[in-house]
Amino acid sequence: MAYSEKVLEHFQHPKNVGTLDKSKSTVGTGLVGAPECGDVMRLQIEVDPSTQTIIDAKFKTFGCGSAIASSSLATEWLKGKTIEQALTIDNMDIVEELALPPVKIHCSVLAEDAIKGAIADYQSKNGIAVTAMASSH
Amino acid sequence: MRVYLDNNSTTPCDPRVVDTMVPYFYQKPGNSASRNHPFGWEAEEGVDYAREQIAALLKVDPKEIIFTSGATESDNLAIKGVFEMYRSKGNHIITVTTEHKAVLDTCDKLTEAGAEITYLKVAEDGLIDLAELEAAIKSTTILVSVMWANNETGVIQPMKEIGDICEKHGVLFMSDATQAVGKIPTYPKEIGVHLMAWTSHKMYGPKGVGALYVSRKSPRVKVTAQMDGGGHERGMRSGTLNVPGIVGFGKAAEIARLEMHADAERLKKLRDRLERELTSRLEECYINGNVDHRMPHVTNISFKHVEGEGLMMTFNQNIAVSSGSACTSASLEPSYVLVALGLGDDLAHSSIRFSLGRFTTDEEVDFAVEKLVAGVNHMRDLSPIWEMYKEGVDLSNVQWSEH
Repeated sequence: MAYSEKVLEHFQHPKNVGTLDKSKSTVGTGLVGAPECGDVMRLQIEVDPSTQTIIDAKFKTFGCGSAIASSSLATEWLKGKTIEQALTIDNMDIVEELALPPVKIHCSVLAEDAIKGAIADYQSKNGIAVTAMASSH
Repeated sequence: MRVYLDNNSTTPCDPRVVDTMVPYFYQKPGNSASRNHPFGWEAEEGVDYAREQIAALLKVDPKEIIFTSGATESDNLAIKGVFEMYRSKGNHIITVTTEHKAVLDTCDKLTEAGAEITYLKVAEDGLIDLAELEAAIKSTTILVSVMWANNETGVIQPMKEIGDICEKHGVLFMSDATQAVGKIPTYPKEIGVHLMAWTSHKMYGPKGVGALYVSRKSPRVKVTAQMDGGGHERGMRSGTLNVPGIVGFGKAAEIARLEMHADAERLKKLRDRLERELTSRLEECYINGNVDHRMPHVTNISFKHVEGEGLMMTFNQNIAVSSGSACTSASLEPSYVLVALGLGDDLAHSSIRFSLGRFTTDEEVDFAVEKLVAGVNHMRDLSPIWEMYKEGVDLSNVQWSEH
């Protein structure tokens, strides 16, 4: 199976790999997947509380090339977006951008779940009503 | 540099094999079943000689070799052929959970025709329990099918002991020996194997040709043909013989007979070096399967908290290996062989199989080690579970979200 150019690019030069300080109230962490399933994604956002804008995003992913590319892309898209805008990111946008084959769609679903998980974590930490929960797939 | 460490998938043809085949495409194009002209005679001579070369490798009678298209066909012919031929004696077949799909799916198919199949489990080292095998044999048992060496781990089953148990109970013993023939001694008569399936393209011969050994004497075994037609191969496998392929297969067998001991000795040292380098330079690596009873050229290693397909992507432009990771299969399930060994799914996802071969050099192994070490370190830098493990988080207590 050949990978798309974009998957290869994100895999070889992943954007925003790293860890944010999860003890900070401005940081939200989403951890999705399970080692037994072969995919674990941890996606973190740092939010400017005055504007509800995502000022930084980091990820670490245990998984195949498509899972790493999906999370790398997600962090790129998140930076600069408001929470409200971030919640509109759909897994199919990731599928389209990376040209993921059907067998890899679950990687994009995981990335969407990780985004929603990180936002929900930030919101619950700050006493904000949680607007979207990660779907269960 | 491109390094091929996937010889359990297929081996390159030995150039000496190809040289032997070439005349059978041009000067000797005949059909070995043509009895009335020299073209046919020459082709028949080529096939007969190959049959002798192959029989010599196995220390069997040339008449006991049935040519097929490959190991999958041989497995099908042996199991379905025995089931149909001995149906009146019983319907029970014993096999093992770590067999190749060519055996497992064939057995599964036979249940539709009334077969009862017992699947023996394996221990953590990949070996079957002989007492369990013996206990599973009953009056209706007609066949025990156990692979000689496993394709994923290289683990070698206790063949002689299994042969003795089968003899004691008067049950036929069939073995898928695809990974063993031509690499280690495989003498069915010494072991008590009555049917043995394997292929040419995993022993430096061409693809598209395989064989089934069928014992002719004590016991005289017969299998019902699965391919009907001109009655070739003593009526057990119709179809025009792949003459150039068979000639190449024969040459590959002759080379193996003369060189396999030296090859095995060299490759074992090289494999051990690969293992030693990787396990000393990387933390948390686990060798899968019994290390004392396995093929000399194979190792299967799990690199904890690294996903196999992702790892392979870091070096697959240069190095060919295979992984038990789900992501490498269409089913999204990790290797059933490694899961049968009791590895957690997480370690199965993290496994890489290295299979060396006759043409693997020291330099290639050293190159692969460097690429592997760099790849594992890179993937661990990206891995959240590696970070958690390093922080001392007990991963078994984490509430994972299944998906």
